[in-house]
Amino acid sequence: MKLALRHAFVLLVCAFALFPILFVVSAAVNPLGTLASSDLVPNGASLDNFAKLFSSDTYPFARWVFNSVFIALAASTASLLLSMFAAYAFSRMRFAGRRVGLLALLLIQMFPQFLAIVTIFMIFTRVTELYPAFGFNTTWGILLLYLGGALGVNTWLMKGFLDTIPKELDESATVDGATHAQIFWKIILPLVTPILAVTALLAFIGTMSEFLMANIFLRDAESKTLAVGMYGMIAGDGRNANFGMFAAATLITAIPTVSVFLWLQKFIVSGLTAGAVKG
Amino acid sequence: MSLDVREAAEVTTPPRPRRELTTAFVVSRIAVLAVAAAILLYAVPPLVAAESWISLTLLLVASAVIGYLYLTRRFVPAKYLVPGTVFLIAFQVFPVLYTVSTAFTNFGDGHRGDKAAAISAIETGSVRQAPGSPEYGLSAALKGDSLVFLLVDPKTKQVQEGSPDGLAAVQGARLGVTGKVLEAPGYTVLKAPEAAARAKQIAELAVPTQGGLIKANGLSRAVEGRATLTYDAVCDCVKGGGDTWTADESQGYFVNAKGEHLAQGWQVNVGFANFARVLTDPTLSAHFLGMFTWNMAFALLSVLTTFALGMGVALALHHPKMRGTRFYRIALILPYAMPAFAMLLVWRDLFNRDFGLINQLFGLDVDWMGGMVSAKFAVILVNLWLGFPYMFLVTTGALQAIPRELTEAASIDGAPPWYAFRKVTLPLLLVALTPLLISSFAFNFNNYNAIALTTDGGPFPAESPTVGGTDLLISYTVRLAFGTGSAQFGLAATMSVFIFAIVATISAITFRRTRKQEDVYA
Repeated sequence: MKLALRHAFVLLVCAFALFPILFVVSAAVNPLGTLASSDLVPNGASLDNFAKLFSSDTYPFARWVFNSVFIALAASTASLLLSMFAAYAFSRMRFAGRRVGLLALLLIQMFPQFLAIVTIFMIFTRVTELYPAFGFNTTWGILLLYLGGALGVNTWLMKGFLDTIPKELDESATVDGATHAQIFWKIILPLVTPILAVTALLAFIGTMSEFLMANIFLRDAESKTLAVGMYGMIAGDGRNANFGMFAAATLITAIPTVSVFLWLQKFIVSGLTAGAVKG
Repeated sequence: MSLDVREAAEVTTPPRPRRELTTAFVVSRIAVLAVAAAILLYAVPPLVAAESWISLTLLLVASAVIGYLYLTRRFVPAKYLVPGTVFLIAFQVFPVLYTVSTAFTNFGDGHRGDKAAAISAIETGSVRQAPGSPEYGLSAALKGDSLVFLLVDPKTKQVQEGSPDGLAAVQGARLGVTGKVLEAPGYTVLKAPEAAARAKQIAELAVPTQGGLIKANGLSRAVEGRATLTYDAVCDCVKGGGDTWTADESQGYFVNAKGEHLAQGWQVNVGFANFARVLTDPTLSAHFLGMFTWNMAFALLSVLTTFALGMGVALALHHPKMRGTRFYRIALILPYAMPAFAMLLVWRDLFNRDFGLINQLFGLDVDWMGGMVSAKFAVILVNLWLGFPYMFLVTTGALQAIPRELTEAASIDGAPPWYAFRKVTLPLLLVALTPLLISSFAFNFNNYNAIALTTDGGPFPAESPTVGGTDLLISYTVRLAFGTGSAQFGLAATMSVFIFAIVATISAITFRRTRKQEDVYA
């Protein structure tokens, strides 16, 4: 009886979790492709919306997918390395300013980067004049910007995890004559895979969904990310008419995230909580 | 015996181990040097061309420090900390400091440049054609990269180059029948469509002459005119049209006796005026309090609802006899794996009054996003959907870390399940998850996406078309800076400082309280 209640509750929550997704799937295969004609149960099935998406002249969708995946992969890899370096130093070395540094990281992180969006806009106006390759409408520019937030929460999460790895490991390696770089790359890095996986996943999801900065930064159709481009797709007049295409695009956008998710699944729970408990 | 002593002495003072020069060592040093050199080669020329010596000095000093750091064997921690810190300083710390200093200025539309730029904009903007002044045939042309005018005097057919530096004679130009220049050595004459593409640039170009300025009148004629407003350095004022506008350094405007000001102003330091405005300006402060209350409620409710639901399902699944947990888990995590920005937009349409699924499914006719209360409810429900899978994931993990013996012991002692949960499981969960709950609060406090993509701050009451019913401080700030109407960067920066102060205070208090809690339970 009690078990049945548990099942009923979980099923109810599952329904809540799934019905918007079902709606998107249904709208994506809906041959009419408008919002007004979309329903929970599709009234027909076709791949028209997907075909339209990739042949559209106004929306360079394939280009957006490429931009998004490239930016998200590059940003999460780079920020992973940067924060791992910092976490290694904070966890394993004792130096003047260590405590202050850790606290400063926490404090700075509380000032979300996009609160400074006005200033960032002004800075990049100047950068665009001097170095067009790193200015507005460029992948490299927005990558640099995202890397500004590489340290911070990630570093704390990883430091917490690193603290749980016995120090004797690197001490014995030092006795054997290993340099600090060898210890980092050959001993520490392979041991922290779970937390790396989780941080990478969070960074990947975060970058894929980032909208505010990207919306101000990327104005050219060719340079947009999925978030910015798809927002434009159903802005104003296109809202009803393009909804089918938008739903199809949403499903395609979910593919990279879901695959990364499935790939890293076994690490996720342990990694998330290890960081949390020790944070 | 003496031999033994000598040996012991050798052991106590071992020679410093000399690390051999490994390939990795050499390669990494070369790589560092190469990257530094490449950055310098790339970054220096534009800075020199723009004559920004301060930035150049900063760049050179920074590269020298970094080069030194990685070429010595000392400062090992710094080697690991510098890469991330460089980005942190450049794109987070510096913008924050710059934001704080902008909060004390009136920077924004009408106050973008310095005073000299404002004066020249006022003077050139007031140029009117003087009666009887000459009219020229105009061709826009490029000299190198800069735009210049090629001016043809209709009577003498003489060709002159007009640039911001003044007039200069041009030799060897070939004229067309309409009296315009077709070709001139050293210039690239723009064709009509090219000129049209640069219409704005052409309209802005002013060529100074002895008695006034030559400006374009359309794309093929240029006229000489006089500025009707002129700046007089003696009285620090702008005169013209029978009126006098005196510079007011506290406002950054030229103001006349009636208190009117010219449209173009300049950037000045306004002290705490922006801060005072947020707190005392009746239109702003009334909304500020309301907005702040809603902002707190939104962040708190988002954390509480997501945590409650996430923990609820995690607890329901955390039972040894539970079947099908694999399937449930995948279904419950899916919302987290979907692209959040797109699903926010989908939810906006689910709540649509006319063809939204929610109204259709439940046979309602509610204008969800149009009502103050229903819009707030909708936004929180959407955020619950997006956020609870994360809470589900972390509670599942934390639950597995709690030994089963603890809860079993409680039930053997005769404690009812609810009591055992409240006294054993929940406190242990909270110890593990509080840091995450706090960061979730901080994140939701500034959850711009959740608002911008669903309601965009709306609904907007008729009496305050700039502050909507679901506006968070951050979405209002973004609208101040980039929204429709005039940009008020200074005021927006002040709002940012306020938000920072609020978030920092709340986090400091909660972290302090958590530390006490950990002492109790740990």
